[in-house]
Amino acid sequence: MSIRTRLLIIAGLIAASIFFLVPRTITLRERDPQTGVMMDRTEKKVPLKLGLDLQGGMHLALELDQSKQVSADPKRDLDLALTVLRKRIDEFGVTEPLIQKVGDNRIVVELAGITEPARAKAIVQRSAFLEFRITDKTNALEKVLPAMDRTLRSLGVKSETGAAGKPSAVEQLLGGDTASTAAKPDSGKTAAKPDTAKTDSAAAIAGVPSILRSLIQPSGAAGTAIPGEYVVPETAFPRVDSLINLPPVARQLPRGVTLRWASAPTSVGTESVRFLYALDVRPIITGSNLEDAAAQLDPLTNGPIVTFQLDRAGGRKFGEETGKHVGDYMAILLDGRVQGRPPVIQSRIGRNGQITLGNKSLQEAQDLALTLKAGALPIPLKIVEERQVGASLGSDSIHDGIKAGLAGTLLVVVIMLAYYRLSGALAVAALALYILFTVGGLSMVDATLTLPGLAGIVLSIGIAVDANVLIFERIREELQHGKTVRLAVDEGFKHAMNAIVDSNVSTVLTALFLFQFGTGPVKGFAVTLIMGIIASMITAVFVTRTFYLIWLDRRPAMSTLSI
Amino acid sequence: MTRFFANANYDFIGIRKYAYGVSALIVIPGLIFLALAGLNYSIEFTGGTLLQVEVAKPVDVASLRSGLDAQGLHGAEIQNFGAPNEYVIRARVAKPGTDANDTQATAAAVSQALDAALGSGTYTVVRTEAVGPKVGGELRQKALLAILLSFVAVLAYLAYRFEWRFGLAAVAATAHDILATIAFIAVMRLEVSLTVVAAVLSMVGYSLNDTIIIFDRVRENLRKHKKEGFEDILNRSINETLPRSVLTHGTTLGSLIALTIFGGEVIRPFALVMFFGVFTGTFSSIYIASPVLMAIERRWPGPAARGHLGAAAAKPVPGERKTAPVG
Repeated sequence: MSIRTRLLIIAGLIAASIFFLVPRTITLRERDPQTGVMMDRTEKKVPLKLGLDLQGGMHLALELDQSKQVSADPKRDLDLALTVLRKRIDEFGVTEPLIQKVGDNRIVVELAGITEPARAKAIVQRSAFLEFRITDKTNALEKVLPAMDRTLRSLGVKSETGAAGKPSAVEQLLGGDTASTAAKPDSGKTAAKPDTAKTDSAAAIAGVPSILRSLIQPSGAAGTAIPGEYVVPETAFPRVDSLINLPPVARQLPRGVTLRWASAPTSVGTESVRFLYALDVRPIITGSNLEDAAAQLDPLTNGPIVTFQLDRAGGRKFGEETGKHVGDYMAILLDGRVQGRPPVIQSRIGRNGQITLGNKSLQEAQDLALTLKAGALPIPLKIVEERQVGASLGSDSIHDGIKAGLAGTLLVVVIMLAYYRLSGALAVAALALYILFTVGGLSMVDATLTLPGLAGIVLSIGIAVDANVLIFERIREELQHGKTVRLAVDEGFKHAMNAIVDSNVSTVLTALFLFQFGTGPVKGFAVTLIMGIIASMITAVFVTRTFYLIWLDRRPAMSTLSI
Repeated sequence: MTRFFANANYDFIGIRKYAYGVSALIVIPGLIFLALAGLNYSIEFTGGTLLQVEVAKPVDVASLRSGLDAQGLHGAEIQNFGAPNEYVIRARVAKPGTDANDTQATAAAVSQALDAALGSGTYTVVRTEAVGPKVGGELRQKALLAILLSFVAVLAYLAYRFEWRFGLAAVAATAHDILATIAFIAVMRLEVSLTVVAAVLSMVGYSLNDTIIIFDRVRENLRKHKKEGFEDILNRSINETLPRSVLTHGTTLGSLIALTIFGGEVIRPFALVMFFGVFTGTFSSIYIASPVLMAIERRWPGPAARGHLGAAAAKPVPGERKTAPVG
């Protein structure tokens, strides 16, 4: 191969590396999330994608949470969840999110550069199961409260009001000790209210101390009587929740009625209370019929609302059902919690409706609209792995890496120049090309640069000169054996080849296994290692050789070599 | 021209007994320590929750710990991390009564304890890692598999390029390196994270690299110097590659020193493991790989070494065979 051809190849490699390293803007044709119109979007293509550990971001691994609801077909539900998550995250507006299935039971979500991790997590995890149910008009809960209390007593649960002493062990177990101690003063307060006193005295007549009866009151006293609505002091909420969910207690409820809590506490006067609703078991409609949702500010109250539109079939069904229930109250449930107080059905409702969110922010309303629109998760998801790096920590890591890289390079350059003089300078020039080729090559294969990857580059700078060192030492030996400069160089390269190839192949093999089994950051390390080895082979064997050829060509009569 | 160790002629193989002693002095106490204290696995492998926080004022460690205890997170580690205003909190147990594989409850409990001890808003979480024990177990398995399979692959490659005797000797040296490195990690109480596993594998690659370069020279010298004994061939090869070893290890250590000093807290364990790896790799190439190769060749002479063993056999070293299964 002539020197000319060699130089052309090197120039080509340099040009290619630079080409891949120049930031480009590419134009993408995408659907605008707000309007749904196809739009051209220009995106800046950065030369090296940074991993989450360097640019900041969040990595989540999710699995189906079957603790409350068992999936009939986990494979299908996971695929469904994947589609729903894709839609949600698209709407959330993260650039280049990664959402993929790993194995057959896990979804990995990677969101780079997000600043509100908690919000992103909520959007990913929210089930967004919307349903509408008519409230119970038969006072079903009130009627069965004494029966429930009897059941509780037979289970050994004691009342906390009245002369009850310390909570029993069972009670602590059931109610949780924080809840029961906190409930004490408050339930006393409730008892002071007139209607509570009435129930209490009724209980006294029957000779039955009340447990749930003293904690659960019909909300009638508040003036706006909504059938099926009950009031529980917020402090007693966890305890009551655990008591009414005990299977023997829950069995007391008549068929066709179910209990659901309000999503947030409400203040009544100075007290904070939680509404509990007795509802029809059968929802009149669910979110699967939802076609569109949007967040707005209610022009009257200035509070955030989510308006929604049902699809044709849903609209028909909703109209029919609401037509039958004019004058009844309809609870809007999201993920099993009642949103706001159930409104009365004035007349038949068509395809459009709205959800009032109370004292939530507009952003929360937007997030809710987004998740509703993207659809409900078939089964809730649980986060089995979370990694999150703040953007500032990431940029610190980059600075540290660059500092270490510069210091390492400087040390290597000094050692090579001091030891090999002019030949060392050739090696340093080759090292500069090595760094360029490595980074360019990484950019070419669209590799993601991670923190261990960055460390790998710094380390490889030290190791990359090994091939040069092997060659130089060989040349020195040949010179020592009295060979001419030209012959020594030729022989040196020839004899060093075996060692260079064998040692590099074994390193590539270990790197391949790292790549295969590692996770994100470690994969990044393996890729830089492999790319580094390829670049070092090219520069040490081909580039340095070319430099020597040029050098010897210029001075054919050279009798000593600066090495 | 500057030359270190030009025409060096040290009797490396002759003093191998002393080298075994040195190796035993490092590896045996290290392994005893390992057996007693175990390895300090990172959250990634054990499962648990890690929060790195940047605080405005110094943390009252005791009150933070009691806050964590109140959440049921007993035995959490609270550590200063790099800068004086940065702390790392590691909770390896899940919040009682919650599904350990659902990492959110524990992460929330740590945040609550932080709010209580430091006051909410006075700190920022700069890094979170929460790994369920299931994921951790999978990672552990994968890491082990990566190490074992890369071992097999390298052995196969060496057997193909050289012959099985060389491959076996190289693997013996590598096994020694891994043992020594694990002992080092145990004694230094370094946290075994995925990055450290990556460092161990890189160290394996680097050490093999070194062994291969010596073996390559051995193969060449076996052809070139037909009359020399095997021990002399080994010594000659090690000496001839000595300048290369010194220089390459020098530049590699240069890079690693830079990484240790400037690379930041997360990378430091990686750099330290590699740093140790450079030394043990060099040592094992000379004192494990070469003597093991000699022992194997004496017992099952290969075609390349056959002519050289007569001279070596003339001055047999007592007790040679016993040293064969080193590492």
